[in-house]
Amino acid sequence: MDIKVLRDNHKLLAEYKYELGKIDKGYTGRSLFVNISENKIESKPVSQMMKDKFVGGKGFGLWYLWNATTPSTKWNDPENEIIICGGPVCGITQYPGSGKSLVCSISPATDMPIDSNVGGYFGPLLKFSGWDALELQGKSEKDIIIVIDGNNGTVRIEEASLEAVDGHVLGEQLTEMYADNEEDKRNVAVVTAGSGAEHTRMGLLNFTFYDPRRKVARLKQAGRGGIGTVFRDKKVKALVVKFSSVKGDLNNPFDQGILNRTGIKLHKEVHDLDPKQNNMRKIGTANIIEVMDEYDLLPVMNYQYGNHPDTQKIKSTVFIDKYITQGVQDGCWYGCSLACAKAADNFLLKTGPYKGHKVTVDGPEYENAAGLGSNCAIFDPEGILELNFYCDTYGIDTISFGTATAFAMECYERGIINKEITGGLELNFGNFDSAAQLLHQMSKGEGFGVVVGQGIHRMKELFAEKYGADADFLFDIGMEQKGLEYSEYGSKESLAQQGGYGLTNKGPQHDEAWLIFMDMVNNQIPTFEDKAEALHYFPMFRTWFGLYGLCKLPWNDIAPANNKFTSEPAKIPEHVQNYLDIVYGVTGKRLGTDDMVRESERVYNFQRIFNIRLGKGLRKNDKTPYRSMGPVTKEEYESRQERYDGQLKEKIGYDVTGKTTEEKMAVLRSYREDQYEKLTDAVYKRRGWNSNGVPTIEHLKELGMDLPELIEVVKGLQ
Amino acid sequence: MIKVNNRDFQWEQGMTVDDIMKIKKFSWPKIIVKINGQHVEEEDYKTRIVNDGDDVQMLHLLAGG
Ligand code: SF4
Repeated sequence: MDIKVLRDNHKLLAEYKYELGKIDKGYTGRSLFVNISENKIESKPVSQMMKDKFVGGKGFGLWYLWNATTPSTKWNDPENEIIICGGPVCGITQYPGSGKSLVCSISPATDMPIDSNVGGYFGPLLKFSGWDALELQGKSEKDIIIVIDGNNGTVRIEEASLEAVDGHVLGEQLTEMYADNEEDKRNVAVVTAGSGAEHTRMGLLNFTFYDPRRKVARLKQAGRGGIGTVFRDKKVKALVVKFSSVKGDLNNPFDQGILNRTGIKLHKEVHDLDPKQNNMRKIGTANIIEVMDEYDLLPVMNYQYGNHPDTQKIKSTVFIDKYITQGVQDGCWYGCSLACAKAADNFLLKTGPYKGHKVTVDGPEYENAAGLGSNCAIFDPEGILELNFYCDTYGIDTISFGTATAFAMECYERGIINKEITGGLELNFGNFDSAAQLLHQMSKGEGFGVVVGQGIHRMKELFAEKYGADADFLFDIGMEQKGLEYSEYGSKESLAQQGGYGLTNKGPQHDEAWLIFMDMVNNQIPTFEDKAEALHYFPMFRTWFGLYGLCKLPWNDIAPANNKFTSEPAKIPEHVQNYLDIVYGVTGKRLGTDDMVRESERVYNFQRIFNIRLGKGLRKNDKTPYRSMGPVTKEEYESRQERYDGQLKEKIGYDVTGKTTEEKMAVLRSYREDQYEKLTDAVYKRRGWNSNGVPTIEHLKELGMDLPELIEVVKGLQ
Repeated sequence: MIKVNNRDFQWEQGMTVDDIMKIKKFSWPKIIVKINGQHVEEEDYKTRIVNDGDDVQMLHLLAGG
């Protein structure tokens, strides 16, 4: 449809004019509050307390969310918010990975706060338009868009009924609509969800950035936890921001020189070493598909196994040689030389409403290839790219979709569900057509796709209640915790990673801690205390990226040549120093590594208490499915019998001679479950929590987080 | 017997760093190798002989997905 027709059809519901303002050392000092129930738009000051205790990014998001909601707020209540905030470093162009936004909301999957880290230009352009954060509240009756014009200082809420809903179409339409000309398109950033977000609990948000070489609006995803579902439930079709004069010094940094120097150092490192290390610039994060397979860590058939002979069909070189466009600088914000935002161009779609279209597919990232591919036993690169594309444009989280589909497939193969229940879909492992059908059903809101789209947590309940499935078995094989699907790594052989998934605030996403190699292969953290230390340091360190608007990848997906000579190479000490220098350069704040951990601890403990306020966040909520810890079925045990028998002998002194598989499995299980409990004790202790997982008042005092509203929540649980 | 990452490992006469990596199927591109605390450069993996009783560390550098 003609863009002019779409635009002429818009109805202005509210307009707000503001002074453009100036950024001072990374902060604009105010947030944009928009309530779409009342069509109210306001400016809110950012207080010194917020900067001191919450820093920015996810910290600001959680603080606003806490104040906007009550202990009984549900994800689809009008008071639930979606907050987008970059953080003080967000928007610098000198250092790779400095354009991330953090998005927070109460999740329809977990019924507690979720946060998701995303690239694309929205966060930085929002800040340059004069706003540290966007706080979106309320529910509209009709489909609307919100347009922030950072050139003229206006914010408008407009009814927009004719535009598409699917991300790749809507992103293009609005980029075209709000750019003055082709050149201007890179100054427009759009946030969309997609049609699938309307009918599932795994909706995501697409953040665009315009790619002038390909001439398409590329999509980066705030994937986890169903924020896109909240977005569509509020009837928001899109957010648009426009800002035309991006420059390297717009943050008005305290010391520009140090930013330049630190950036140049890392660019050189990336240039010299990336080809020898991870090849991020050629393939992005998908470089590890075959590596995970070789180490028996790739999720195969709903995490039953860790490798498969057919992985060679989807290994990274297949994507590099045949699909992923090479030689293009694919950064998701200016200045990212690591440039991992790869894409397959001119990809011909074979199914669904866009069948026959040639499209740009953003990806595949490792998680997509593993979740949509090996975990569902779809060892077909084109199948993976097709599912990847449709997940994105429909606004569906690839990880939750992959893991939930793998679960449904296992249930189908085991006869827990059948063709009658699936509405005729043959959900066998490896059946690409059925997986694609599920996805198209999610978009239309029909069929078994809607059931899978509710996620594993709700599927387990349904299968047990309605179809008489064994609830305990479903608990064992359903790879979700706290309502969120696991991301795509097998954790059976790494106790520390079981904690890296299970002892998290938002659910089993590996972005808090990825300790598999340190633990299982390197054997660097053998004791419970060692593991607890790692499960303290890494989650805090990684939370910190989300406070400042940073991408985690340039921290450890590239390492300095002399990193191996340092005392703690896993931490990449030189890069940690780079980050401290950058924060100093932008804000003028001189932090040490301990301060860094402290800053994160404040927000991390706040999030834990937020969970507790919503009736979660206790030890019982940190229990994990046994599939994440060990072999649930005979087939799994027997496929790695030598390993398990060996462990029974060596670690427990159990004589396996003459024992049945069932007997051995039972002994192994009780041992591993006990290990997880002991790990939980050690981690809670290290984090300053009591044995029920509740932050102690003493610890909150130490952190300077003994705010009355927090004490109120935890005091009865000490 | 030698130690590889603090676990017992069957030693054989003439064994090199590269041999151990093959047996262990260590294919990750970023591995730091130390023998008795001394670094071994990648170009020496095929020629560096490991002696009985050595303490070998093959540290995979990846702390994040
Ligand atoms: S490393 Fe990749 S995800 Fe991170 S900022 Fe750069 S392009 Fe974006």
